[in-house]
Amino acid sequence: MDVSFSGFHCASLTNSPLPTGSTPLGCYKKLIEYYKNGEISFEFVKTFNMDEYVGLPRDHPESYHSFMWNNFFKHVDIRAENAHILDGNAADLQAECSSFEDKIKEAGGIELFVGGIGPDGHIAFNEPGSSLVSRTRVKTLAKDTIMANARFFDGDLSKVPTMALTVGVGTVMDAKEVMVLITGSHKAFALYKAIEEGVNHMWTVSAFQQHPQTIFVCDEDATLELRVKTVKYFQGMMHVHNMLVEALPSQQKKN
Amino acid sequence: MPSNKSVSDAPISQFINCRILRGHTLQREDLWVRDGKILDPEKLFFDEQGFADRLVDCGGSIVAPGFIDVQINGGYGVDFSQPTEDVAAGVSLVAKKVLEHGVTSFCPTLVTSPPAVYHQVLPQVQVHDGGPDGAGVLGFHLEGPFISPEKKGAHPERYLRTFGSGGMEDLTEVYGGLDGVAMVTLAPELPHSQSVVRMLCQKGIAVSLGHSVANLSQAEDAVQHGASFITHLFNAMLPFHHRDPGIVGLLTSDRIPAGRTVFYGMIADGIHTNPAALRIAHRAHPAGLVLVTDAIAAMGLPPGRHPLGQQVIEIQGLHAYVSGTKTLSGSIATMDMCVRHFKQASGCSVEEALEAASLHPAQLLGISQKKGNLDYGADADLVLLDDALRVRTTYISGEEVWRKDA
Repeated sequence: MDVSFSGFHCASLTNSPLPTGSTPLGCYKKLIEYYKNGEISFEFVKTFNMDEYVGLPRDHPESYHSFMWNNFFKHVDIRAENAHILDGNAADLQAECSSFEDKIKEAGGIELFVGGIGPDGHIAFNEPGSSLVSRTRVKTLAKDTIMANARFFDGDLSKVPTMALTVGVGTVMDAKEVMVLITGSHKAFALYKAIEEGVNHMWTVSAFQQHPQTIFVCDEDATLELRVKTVKYFQGMMHVHNMLVEALPSQQKKN
Repeated sequence: MPSNKSVSDAPISQFINCRILRGHTLQREDLWVRDGKILDPEKLFFDEQGFADRLVDCGGSIVAPGFIDVQINGGYGVDFSQPTEDVAAGVSLVAKKVLEHGVTSFCPTLVTSPPAVYHQVLPQVQVHDGGPDGAGVLGFHLEGPFISPEKKGAHPERYLRTFGSGGMEDLTEVYGGLDGVAMVTLAPELPHSQSVVRMLCQKGIAVSLGHSVANLSQAEDAVQHGASFITHLFNAMLPFHHRDPGIVGLLTSDRIPAGRTVFYGMIADGIHTNPAALRIAHRAHPAGLVLVTDAIAAMGLPPGRHPLGQQVIEIQGLHAYVSGTKTLSGSIATMDMCVRHFKQASGCSVEEALEAASLHPAQLLGISQKKGNLDYGADADLVLLDDALRVRTTYISGEEVWRKDA
């Protein structure tokens, strides 16, 4: 049975000051742990990363190819032909983007999209003003994004890529299930705009209000800009939600 | 599933459960090998969609580049300077045995000898890669005869030579050809040595200063002309003096040309150099330290008396004496012993101790693209060690060539 799994390595990693235990890294570490315990296999899993810098050599330590290899692929049994990452050095970037959309279709569509958001509410590199029905394409990075990324390029702005290939909002909306990970107080305002205000292309993650199966996973700091009523509502459901999460065999043995 | 064969269909090995020496640190990383060379697994994954054909479980070992010994006079009863009919057999015997010490490449060393010996011995051994039969030969190290009579040490005085006019004729007359020679030790105060140093360097042969009474200025001149090594620092040279540091002063000289490093050999057997002197040298210039065994034919022989050449040698522990005396006749420590002793005496890190026996000699000989490190593309000559730096397994070109308790 093929499982299509998308969206690894989120834009939040590029835009946020690197917190200790960055959210997607923590996620990958857990998955690697489950794999090493024999609880999960990635042999039949297909992945599609949501973005990659344009013009950055693939083996540059800050490329998303490097990130995925070092933090995930090399530790698990995923097959190379099933791991898809946009090629920011393709001769024809537009063709590369179209071909990526085709590969997603061939794989049967995305079953689960996992990603974070930026402080400006973007999903992948769909920065404020992106079309909410956009597809995979080339995007120019916002000045704020470039400045925030400079820390990964020795503080030298001239070395930071100015463009990226990214899946579109529309591409992600086609996924069967969407999981957005939001941690930290610096994301709190974006979370507020995403769920308590209307759908707006200035906060592209708000588009998921119109997706049939999306969950936002947050820590307490991320809820700081929400209404108390909203937070209490969801907290009140946690005792039921926790029962829906099946413990893994290793955890069951411990209990 | 193996690679899509777009680059090569040779089998791929993945060494797992190990710590590898890379980027001057021990990293918890797997090591990938194909076609006898270290492979980049990220390129394999993205370019070839490949992965390993076989896994090698290292049991938590340290994986270091194979050790390189640039000064070894023999061992196991074999003396490289003896003009026998089958020099190659003697070199092969030692080459096979040193695998047990983690040595994967070495320079058979000849002490001062008459021209007839060089003419007979040199042509019998070629530079060649190592393999299951033994460590690789990088070329001869010719220690003498162009050295100082005042610092001859154990070299026979009657065969010492000076340079006539400093041309190739002197070298050809004494050595015969220079094919298969990796390094020459000479005394730079000898007249006309500068042009010899230049000529040897142009031929890609490393020039080492040793068995010499040169002052610092003469030594620095030799370095300007291309000399890059000091033979067994402290031994057979003038002692350090605060107004003329002599050859030892090269460690902190400010007249070394930019971009070049002066390397120096240390016999770290705990006997030939006082540990305090070892520490002074290491702290003054850690990047240049090269561990050498300078082992003699008695290395590897069991304790007791052994006739070797014209003498009888008595082995007691790590000491080899002229029988019936307390005169040291040479060192018999193995390379892995030297690595352990160097680490313990200097207090250096594991990485520094391992690099002194691998990376630094490779840099000295100008072969660090292929040897002395575990970078992608380098030859997969490996030594697997436990945490006490004892050798567990030795590999050459990715194939196992020695295993402890095999």
